[in-house]
Amino acid sequence: MKSESPITASNSHEGTPLLDLRGMVKSYPGCLANDQVDLTLMPGQIHALLGENGAGKSTLVKMIYGVLRADQGDIEWQGAPVTINNPSVARGLGIAMVFQHFSLFESLTVSENIALGLGDSSGVNTDSLDEDIVTISARYGLPLDPERYVYTLSVGERQRIEIVRCLLQNPKLLIMDEPTSVLTPQEVDTLFKTLRQLSSEGVAILYISHKLDEIKALCHHATILRGGRVVGIANPATESASSLASMMIGQDVTPHRLPESAGFGPVSLACQSLTLPAADSFSVKLDDINLSVRAGEILGIAGVAGNGQDELINALSGEILLSSADMVQFKGQPVGRLMPGSRRQIGLCVVPEERLGHAAVPGMSLAENAFLTGAQRLSLSRVGFIRHRASRQFASRVIDAFQVQCRGSAAAADSLSGGNLQKFVVGREIMQKPEVLVVAQPTWGVDAGAAAAIHDALLGLAADGAAVIIVSQDLDELLGVCHSIMAICAGKTSDVFPAKHITMEEIGLLMGGAALDGLQATDGVVNGQESARKFGPEAPL
Amino acid sequence: MIRLIKRPEPSRVMVYLAPVIALVLTLLAGLLLFFLLGVPVGEALYAFFVEPISTRYGLAELGVKAAPLILIGAALSLGFRAQVWNIGAEGQLVAGAITGGAVALWFYEVEAWYVLPLMMLAGIAGGMAWASIPALLKTRFNASEILTSLMLTYIAGLLLSLLVHGALRDPDGFNFPESRLFHAAATLPIVLDGTRLHIGFPIAIMFVATLWILLSRTVLGFELQVMGAAPRAGRFAGFRESSVIWFCLLLGGGAAGLAGLFEVAGPIGQLIPVVSPGYGFTAIIVAFLGRLHPVGVLFAGLVMALSYLGGESAQITMNLPKAVTGVFQGLLLFFLLATDVLILYRFGWGRRSLAATHT
Amino acid sequence: MSETVILTLLTIITAATPLVFAAIGELITEKSGVLNLGVEGMMLVGAVSSFIVVSVTGVDVLGVLAGVLAGMLLSLVFSVLCLTLQASQVATGLALTLFGIGLSALAGQSMIGVAYEGLPKLSIPILSELPVVGQLLFSHDILVYVSFALVAAVAWFLYRTRAGLVLRAVGDSHDAAHALGYNVVAIRYLATVFGGACSGLAGAYLSMSYSPMWVENMTAGRGWIALALVVFASWRPWRLLFGAYLFGSISILQLHGQAIGLDVPSQLMSMLPYIATILVLVLISRDRGKIRRNAPACIGKAFHPTT
Repeated sequence: MKSESPITASNSHEGTPLLDLRGMVKSYPGCLANDQVDLTLMPGQIHALLGENGAGKSTLVKMIYGVLRADQGDIEWQGAPVTINNPSVARGLGIAMVFQHFSLFESLTVSENIALGLGDSSGVNTDSLDEDIVTISARYGLPLDPERYVYTLSVGERQRIEIVRCLLQNPKLLIMDEPTSVLTPQEVDTLFKTLRQLSSEGVAILYISHKLDEIKALCHHATILRGGRVVGIANPATESASSLASMMIGQDVTPHRLPESAGFGPVSLACQSLTLPAADSFSVKLDDINLSVRAGEILGIAGVAGNGQDELINALSGEILLSSADMVQFKGQPVGRLMPGSRRQIGLCVVPEERLGHAAVPGMSLAENAFLTGAQRLSLSRVGFIRHRASRQFASRVIDAFQVQCRGSAAAADSLSGGNLQKFVVGREIMQKPEVLVVAQPTWGVDAGAAAAIHDALLGLAADGAAVIIVSQDLDELLGVCHSIMAICAGKTSDVFPAKHITMEEIGLLMGGAALDGLQATDGVVNGQESARKFGPEAPL
Repeated sequence: MIRLIKRPEPSRVMVYLAPVIALVLTLLAGLLLFFLLGVPVGEALYAFFVEPISTRYGLAELGVKAAPLILIGAALSLGFRAQVWNIGAEGQLVAGAITGGAVALWFYEVEAWYVLPLMMLAGIAGGMAWASIPALLKTRFNASEILTSLMLTYIAGLLLSLLVHGALRDPDGFNFPESRLFHAAATLPIVLDGTRLHIGFPIAIMFVATLWILLSRTVLGFELQVMGAAPRAGRFAGFRESSVIWFCLLLGGGAAGLAGLFEVAGPIGQLIPVVSPGYGFTAIIVAFLGRLHPVGVLFAGLVMALSYLGGESAQITMNLPKAVTGVFQGLLLFFLLATDVLILYRFGWGRRSLAATHT
Repeated sequence: MSETVILTLLTIITAATPLVFAAIGELITEKSGVLNLGVEGMMLVGAVSSFIVVSVTGVDVLGVLAGVLAGMLLSLVFSVLCLTLQASQVATGLALTLFGIGLSALAGQSMIGVAYEGLPKLSIPILSELPVVGQLLFSHDILVYVSFALVAAVAWFLYRTRAGLVLRAVGDSHDAAHALGYNVVAIRYLATVFGGACSGLAGAYLSMSYSPMWVENMTAGRGWIALALVVFASWRPWRLLFGAYLFGSISILQLHGQAIGLDVPSQLMSMLPYIATILVLVLISRDRGKIRRNAPACIGKAFHPTT
């Protein structure tokens, strides 16, 4: 331990470390995920594990939790060497983990889900378990109804199940993998209160994140990983965000500057009272959504996952046809009942969130995947026959323009890394020169380099006169590249606000469904133009 | 312990080698089976695999048996690629035999060139109509086509039995459950003199060629494959799930119906209570053995036809039960499915089972 | 009148029992997330194995055990192919059925025409002497009682035991179950082999009690009807029992149709169970939301642990 944390008195560095990792190594074929990683954790310490996507954070904690086995390295727990070869051993030691992707069972109740995570000892006496759940959740401010089925719960509530499940085991160490990526800023505050309370009770917390502000606000200590190695140990309270960032990324970072817009064109895409009933109890209904985006404008839609984003994207792409064509208007023309191919044909392209299986067919080549959405706009077929060579050429152009690392247009989509596939599927739409591009989570799980390339491409597209909608839960991304921002919550959208006048906290309120007083919505503000809410034919600029 | 290691990409070699390995393993298992049954192994193998095709007539018979298998197997393989599980081809075959046969009997007095084409159209239409029931139930009511198409197979069999016992029975047939024998104008032309090889075989080969082009060159073929591999990506591209389901079932039904007509207008020459030795089911094996590819189906159809001939020949010369054929066919499909794993995985040695590469 | 009614009700019980066995086993298999379409094949092999063993040894218990064992062995083949070697469950299930038809026909070649008196009726003392009720409820062969006990046991297991909870969890999300440290593949092996045992038992009942003899293809599609029953029952054990008796009644109609003076060709009457299956599937499946809520979410999906 290099530095004393000034933040907390409970964080004693005397005595035996709770957890001591020495020389952890884990390799996958063609990739060294962890290379001689050391880490020491004291009781009651909130310890950040900071790093980019792919830095090896998840691999390290999975080894601590017994999900993965280390190739080399020693683990000491309270001073004694231990071998953790499966999660139940970890749980037995007092290690609990909240995964980034929840391990929940949708068709089971909250208490059944919790019972499943408690190991064999708990039996099936759910009555006493229910009482424990209520007690714990009240004590840490995490309200939960044990009888509810998981599929009826919001993402935030689901995370509470995971946390309560961990707390019921009286853990000595709680591992949290990117816990805030699915929460609104307000929910994050609540979570931090719970974590600080736990820390004061002596529970150590290993907190994985790449969000610098959070780590500065919460953590006593930070270990920074890059490319599978420890590249720094720091006290987050005394470091600046940019020094942490440069350690994490390995170079100085310059914050993204949104180019001043020269002004927007007419409305390219508008939703007018877009309403869509929920398909089943697993999906969200869209409730009277109104929005519009003009040529050259980038509109960001913020929201916590599961608030209707998928449904909105599907309604815009044409995967779900609406009851009235007027609900989606492309340059004043009703398109709400056009099939996806016809929408692409006229210039409305979409990049869905899920790369594999939705935006691209996993086992098919990039050329075939290029054909998948390029067929109409680039005339890649002739009288029902595929123009294979033209498809290959199109794929190659996307690969070149977006520097997609792959073996060429014959490579299967699932042989690419996440970032490269994302560059390909975004590039595939941008290279079709759409007039409107809707992108969901454009940089989710993508490394910084690829993210920057994608953002540049989106900005370039808008600069060339296209309207762009970005649906994202990454508020830094939205504030960095969007001109206007709105939020979606429970299938309803908020007002639209100019990005330069709104703060992250305010977006957080919108994501939680609150209305903002005192901040003027975009109507009549940006550019002094007419209200963005008006529909119908626009006068040309 | 042996473990499976995921290959970075599917093995091209194994795509072609796996069916061969499966065939060899089936042969070995067959040897074991004959040995256990106390049958002279060498003799049995000869009777099963060599004797049936040692003559010109035998080779022609191979074509007779292969024609329906190839026809149906090729159509089914497209459907299976699209994850449309039409396993009721046997029923659609029977439906085609009924409608096609009914046309033959309707034009019993007419000896004109158009009778046979009409019968073929009727056979196709009958099979399609039968297959349209599961298609409708799947697209309108979300009912599993696996179960509905299979239930319809039993119903079709009973319907045929009902008809040959009643409406379509030969009035001069002493109450035997058989129709009249079809006239020359209503039977298939023979392509090889002195054998039973009828035009169904060349038609099946043309059908394979057509489906090959469809699969590899057309947007429709692409659509089927996308819908099978990633339905969400297919919807995103703008393909309609229901039209894929309809197309696959109608294609399979039409092919099976035509195959059924070929049976009654070819080797059988009349309607009888049972018109197929399970071609519709064996075609499922043929489709998988042929790697769900039309050209592969062509070879697989010949292999499976041999298993039918072998079963008959072994029954005659060795007094082996005919059911051996079914066992061979089932074994072959098992080994094929088992060796398929080699396309995506390779075997390695190590502690952990089923470790995957992590990227 | 009562005599005819009682006889009819008795035949309904015998017609429903094999469906109960096969469907309750498949229910457990499917609850774990595995779709085994080989029920028909396992039933046939179970039926022929039972019949051979009971004919040779003359011991009823051995006959039943042979059927169960045969079903288990076939489902084990299925498990190795699908759960270990990652083969397609739909294709493997079909292969199992095709193989089972061939194998049972081959094995049963010498059994055609062999006589066997059938499982003895176990009349429960005193109770079986009650008028009407006694004959109806308390004088069956042992397997009928077993079928009821099995449904009760499965219902209790699924919703009252921890192991049942784990089984449902594995069927709902194999990834989550794996992440929590449950051995998904092992649990699915057990569930599939249990399903095979039940299918084998269903076959044993057919050849030892329902019609004590061996006939090729004697299941006549009951395995497929059992699969449909599981959907019909929305994966609930008690509803499944109800469904099996409903189908039992329909298939009895065909036997008694002529007896009660219905002048309908026998083939049309024989179509009834198949038509009823289709109708029931349509009625249940049309509510997609309901299917999605009740069906195990992972059904038919291959699981490949990535760590």
